Amino acid sequence: MSSSETGPGGQAHGSVKEYVIGLILSIVLTIIPFYLVMSGVGSDTFTVITIVVAAIAQVLVQMVFFLHMNGSSEQTWLTASAVYTVFILLFVIVGSLWIFEHLNHNMLMGH
Amino acid sequence: MVQTDLIKDPHVLTGKLHWGVIPFHDPVVAPVMFAAILGGLALLALITYKGWWGYLWKEWFTSVDHKKIGIMYCIVALVMLVRGFSDAILMRTHQALATSDAFGEGYLPPEHYDQIFTAHGVIMIFFVATPLMVGIMNVIMPLQIGARDVAYPFLNSLSFYLFLVGALLVNISLFVGEFAATGWLAYTPLSGIEYSPGVGVDYWIWALQISGIGTTLTAVNFVATILKMRAPGMTMMKMPVFTWTTFCANVIALVIFPILTVAIAQLTLDRYLDFNFFTNDDGGNQMMWVNLIWAWGHPEVYFLVLPAFGMISEVTATFSRKRLFGYVSLIWATIAIMLLSFLVWLHHFFTMGSGASVNAFFGIMTMIIGIPTGVKLYNWIFTMYKGRVELTASMWWVIAMLITFTVGGMTGVMLSIPANDFVLHNSMFVPAHFHNVIIGGAVYGYFAGFTYWFPKATGVKLNETLGKWSVALWFFGYFFAWIPLYYTGFDGMTRRLQYVDNPDWQLPMYIALIGVAMIAAGIGTQVINIAWSIYKRNDPQYKDVTGDPWDAHTLEWYTTSPPQFYNFGDVPYIKDRDPLLNMKQEGIAYKRPEKYSRIHMPKNTWAGPVLGLLTLPMGFGFVWHIWWMVIASVAAIFACWVKLNFERDKDYYVEVPEVERIEDEFLKSNEGRSFYFEKHAKYYKKWKPTDQNDSSVVAK
Repeated sequence: MSSSETGPGGQAHGSVKEYVIGLILSIVLTIIPFYLVMSGVGSDTFTVITIVVAAIAQVLVQMVFFLHMNGSSEQTWLTASAVYTVFILLFVIVGSLWIFEHLNHNMLMGH
Repeated sequence: MVQTDLIKDPHVLTGKLHWGVIPFHDPVVAPVMFAAILGGLALLALITYKGWWGYLWKEWFTSVDHKKIGIMYCIVALVMLVRGFSDAILMRTHQALATSDAFGEGYLPPEHYDQIFTAHGVIMIFFVATPLMVGIMNVIMPLQIGARDVAYPFLNSLSFYLFLVGALLVNISLFVGEFAATGWLAYTPLSGIEYSPGVGVDYWIWALQISGIGTTLTAVNFVATILKMRAPGMTMMKMPVFTWTTFCANVIALVIFPILTVAIAQLTLDRYLDFNFFTNDDGGNQMMWVNLIWAWGHPEVYFLVLPAFGMISEVTATFSRKRLFGYVSLIWATIAIMLLSFLVWLHHFFTMGSGASVNAFFGIMTMIIGIPTGVKLYNWIFTMYKGRVELTASMWWVIAMLITFTVGGMTGVMLSIPANDFVLHNSMFVPAHFHNVIIGGAVYGYFAGFTYWFPKATGVKLNETLGKWSVALWFFGYFFAWIPLYYTGFDGMTRRLQYVDNPDWQLPMYIALIGVAMIAAGIGTQVINIAWSIYKRNDPQYKDVTGDPWDAHTLEWYTTSPPQFYNFGDVPYIKDRDPLLNMKQEGIAYKRPEKYSRIHMPKNTWAGPVLGLLTLPMGFGFVWHIWWMVIASVAAIFACWVKLNFERDKDYYVEVPEVERIEDEFLKSNEGRSFYFEKHAKYYKKWKPTDQNDSSVVAK
């Protein structure tokens, strides 16, 4: 396997412009939550929601601009694996949140 | 036992190391240590004397050949099986002695006993089951899909050495310092720095962290291989079942091992830098560790068992002389398990304090995941039904698996009922259940596959009589060892007891001891079997000349045993789920193709062993707080990585004359063979080709 000449066929590698836009977006999406936490401007609820939204947006930005995902048919496996990953993430994250909400309630933790 | 937590300020050169951490005076460990050192030196001396270093380095250590890497995985796994099983013998003898008035309190002090059950669990899961399975997948999966190697051959080599470093760290901990005394999943806060100040948990952390990253890389590699490197014509629904289960297992691994990596990284921060992820105080939550470790740990058991299901399927179909019953249902059952395995992890901690709705949800999901598993059992039973079953040693493993795994599955359904867990949680019933499914499901499956594919990997068939003896000893040994512990578990005996104070449990402990002795005899028989068969390798009864000793159905048998370094001279066009059987029936198997073309192959590389083994001083330095060693190793890894990336000379071509020479010899050995289906034409007449209506089949 020569690493120098193997490029998977049929997939876009993106342009400099794409990478720059991606970089700027991901920096902005990192700075916003940092600023909110460091400065303490917004209310706690507002800060938490903003962090979550920024995190999800960050994932999407990276998938589109760095992993070059789109809905085209030659990317069936990429799309399938992305959907799978999202599902598993939901299983684990929502499941954990649900479990710990119950736990905190029953075991009087966090009170 | 040694005290590793005495030194508060690590020395700049030696960290926390000092002579006191080496157990010279421990009556159990010291003899083992001296024997291991002497044995190791003898082995090194033998290799030097025979001048084997050059051969080993060129042909094995630096190899990127998936078959050789697979064999190395299996060798390490079998060595570690002996280590892990010695721990089991220690536990069973100790508990048998610690129950009776005559023998007093056993012979292992609590802190030693705790390390033994921890090491047993860690070794058996991470360094026996996983590598045995990955080893067999490595050897067989690329052959089954007609590939010349895995997608990333260097990465495969690196994965192996990362795994090896984990195994080495666990073994070093036996002689230098201590191992974790926390149970195999190192529950917090016990594994936190406050309650485990010694280096035991640090060994656990670095052994699992390094080998776990190796497993993630393996998963990337295998998923890419299966998706991108199948033979022409082999659609997903024409893949052999073992390849399918390998695929699903690695998709699971790809998603879960990062959870383990991150959770361990968090525990590392807690222990090394005073973070508070999993502590009791300062906002930490120790239950989050339990949650994360089982979000990894439950899918992990499906990662272990799915490939075993694949092996069972291949063996059953071959030796029943039938196509697998219900291929499509078995594949969909595998995919269902792949998804459902992420929705059951809470059943490991029903008693943690979640409410009824949470427990009910996870309890029901656990019962549901039993359904696709049950589907598979019927697939195998109906494959045997009206088949011409040949009771070879691998088939004996299959039958042992069907019975044992079913019992384990039923006790699993009992444990899936949350209310039961308030009685059974942490009792001996739980280890009895999971040994029942892991030994009965995964390990017997691996042994079936191991026996079945041993001739393919080595060119030598194993002795059938010895093989059947080891099945019998394992099978009855298992029930002798664990049925008594089911009973004591029901009766209230908790797991991990260093002292058993109920005289009623004396008899069960003795029966369990008999069981473990039988399993020991079974393992002994297997070792003798391998040694004997390799010794008799040129005997016609043992030698596999045709490359297809079982007259099997799938592509891995369509090459020499052991296969050539390039696997196949000519990769055939796949028209059927059982490609080799299909080719035999069409009369085109083992025939010379019109022409061969040259073959593109990866070159061996120093980078796998060097880069991989450099993580050993890194891990060791972290464990003992020897920072110069950590920094030096990381710098060396980085330097090697940079050098590797500037190398361009990574591949070569095998030219046509060489391919022709090798292939002609192989085809000659298959001339004039008569196949099973010819001898039993009447039996095969009722079969229809699987893909008459499959529009994806096009004539070549």
